[in-house]
Amino acid sequence: MNKQPRKTSAVRLYLHYISVQIRCMMQYKKSFLMTTLGQFLASFNAFVGIYFLFRRFHSIAGYRYSDVLFCYSLVLMEFSLAECAARGFDRFSGLVRKGEFDRIMTRPRNEILQVLGSSFELTRIGRMMQAVIVFIYGTSQAGIHWNVWKGLCVLITVLCGASVFCGIFLINAALCFFTLEGLEVINIFTDGAREYGQYPVDVYGKRMLRFCTFVIPYSLVQYYPLQYITGRSDSLLYAFLPLASLLFLLPCVALWRFGVRRYQSAGS
Amino acid sequence: MIVMKNICKTYRVARRNAGFREAVKSFLHREYDTVTALDNVSFSIADGETVGYIGPNGAGKSTTIKILSGILTPDSGECLVDGRIPWKDRIGHVARIGVVFGQRSQLWWDVPVDDSFELLRDIYSIPSDVYRRNRDELTELLDLGKLLKTPVRQLSLGQRMRCELAASLLHSPDILFLDEPTIGLDAVSKIAVREFIVRLNRERKTTVILTTHDMQDIEAITRRIILIGRGSILLDGDLSDIAGRGDLDHTVAELYRSYDI
Repeated sequence: MNKQPRKTSAVRLYLHYISVQIRCMMQYKKSFLMTTLGQFLASFNAFVGIYFLFRRFHSIAGYRYSDVLFCYSLVLMEFSLAECAARGFDRFSGLVRKGEFDRIMTRPRNEILQVLGSSFELTRIGRMMQAVIVFIYGTSQAGIHWNVWKGLCVLITVLCGASVFCGIFLINAALCFFTLEGLEVINIFTDGAREYGQYPVDVYGKRMLRFCTFVIPYSLVQYYPLQYITGRSDSLLYAFLPLASLLFLLPCVALWRFGVRRYQSAGS
Repeated sequence: MIVMKNICKTYRVARRNAGFREAVKSFLHREYDTVTALDNVSFSIADGETVGYIGPNGAGKSTTIKILSGILTPDSGECLVDGRIPWKDRIGHVARIGVVFGQRSQLWWDVPVDDSFELLRDIYSIPSDVYRRNRDELTELLDLGKLLKTPVRQLSLGQRMRCELAASLLHSPDILFLDEPTIGLDAVSKIAVREFIVRLNRERKTTVILTTHDMQDIEAITRRIILIGRGSILLDGDLSDIAGRGDLDHTVAELYRSYDI
C-alpha cells in the first residue's frame, strides 16, 4: 500500500496557482498594462456622475457627498477584489460547455479551490486603485474620527463584501451545470449591485433595505458599516455585522455542490 | 482492480430540427430525447493489465472512462476501483489515477512545462524526493530535456503529448486512462508514445486502459480488448482471438459490421 503523503495546504496551493496565473499574464505585458489602465479610467465614469449630481443637490435622503463617495468606493473595492479572485466563476460557462471541467474533476482537490485558481484577474487592480483613491478622498471630506475599531471595520467589510460578490459569482457558475450558459439575470446582482451600491441602501426604501439585509446581504457590507464609521451609530454591533454576511456563502456552496453532481461533461 | 457491474447511464438530449423557426419553437417548448449511453455494462480489470477499449464513435467509450475517472455519476450500477467508488470518493480515487485526454491539455498554456509540473506537484501533494525522481525519469524516457523550459503553446502536438503523458504520471498513479493519446500525431511521436506506455506497464506495473480508433495502438500496447457498441459490451477477450487474419483495421471493421454497430 502507498503511504498517504502529507497534503500540500490549500493556501499554499492557491498561492502557487496565482503565481502561475501571474506568470501567464506577464507573457502579455502590453495587454495587461492597457487593460489595467482602461479599468482605472472607465470606473471614473460613475464617480463623475456622483460629482455632478452633488453639485446640484447637496444631500440625498440625508446623505452627503462624502457618504455617497464612501459607499461607492467601498462597494467598488469589494467588487473588484471579488472579480480579481473569483474570475474563474465569472467565466465558468465556457469551462462547462466545452467540458473542460473534466480536468478539474480528475484532480484530487476541492473543485472550488481549483476554479478559483484557474483564473486570477490582476487587471482589476486598476479598478481597485481608483476605489482606494476615492475612498481616501471621500473619508477625508467626511471628517471621520478614525480609531482602531473603525479601521478594523473597514477591513472586515471589504473582505466580507468581496465574499458576498464571490457567492453570487458562485451561484451563477452553479447554474451553468443546469443551463450550460450563465444567466445574464445574475448580473443584476453583480454589476447591478455595484452601480446601485453607490448610494446607501436605505435610499431605495425600507423594503429594499430588508431584502439586502436578509436575502442578499449587501447592506451588511455597506449600509451598517457606513452608520458606524460616519458616527451615525456608536453600536459596535454594526462594526462586526459584515461578518454575518459570510452566512450567505452557505447556500451558494450548497447549490454549487448540487450542481457538480449534475455535471454532464461534453465531447468525447 | 477495477470492477464495473451493471452500469447504466442515460443523457437527456435536447432535440430539434434545423432552421431558425425550429430554434424558436424549441426555445419555447423543448423536446428531449433520452439517449442511452451505457446499458448494463459490466467488466473487471486486474492490476497490471493493458486493455484496449474500442468501439465506433458514440458507442459509450468516453462515458465509461468518465465514470471510471470520477467525472460522471452513473444512473445505476456498481463500480469499484481499488475498493473506492469513483464518484463518491472522488478525491481519494483520482489521487491514484492518471488521465490523458488526447484532445484536451492538462498543462498551463502560457508557462513553461516545468512550471506546470511544479504546480501538479502541489496539486497531488507529491513528496519532493518522489517528485524529483519521477520527473527526472520521465524527462529521460520521453526525451523532454529541451522542452521543459518552453511555454506549452509553443510546443508541437507530438512534443505536447509527451509532456501530457509525463504530467499524468508524476504522482505515480496505479491506473492510467488514455483517451485517444495518439490522435493527430506523426509516425515518430506515435511510436515514441506507444513504446513508452508499453515500458511503463512492464516496469511499473501500471494498469493501462486505452481508448483509440488507431488499431496499431491497440496492437502495440494491449493484450485484451473490450468492444463496446450502442452502450453494451459486445466482446471481451484476448486480442489474439480476433487478430491473426491479416490487417487488424479490416478485422475490426468486419467485427463492427457483424454486430451491426
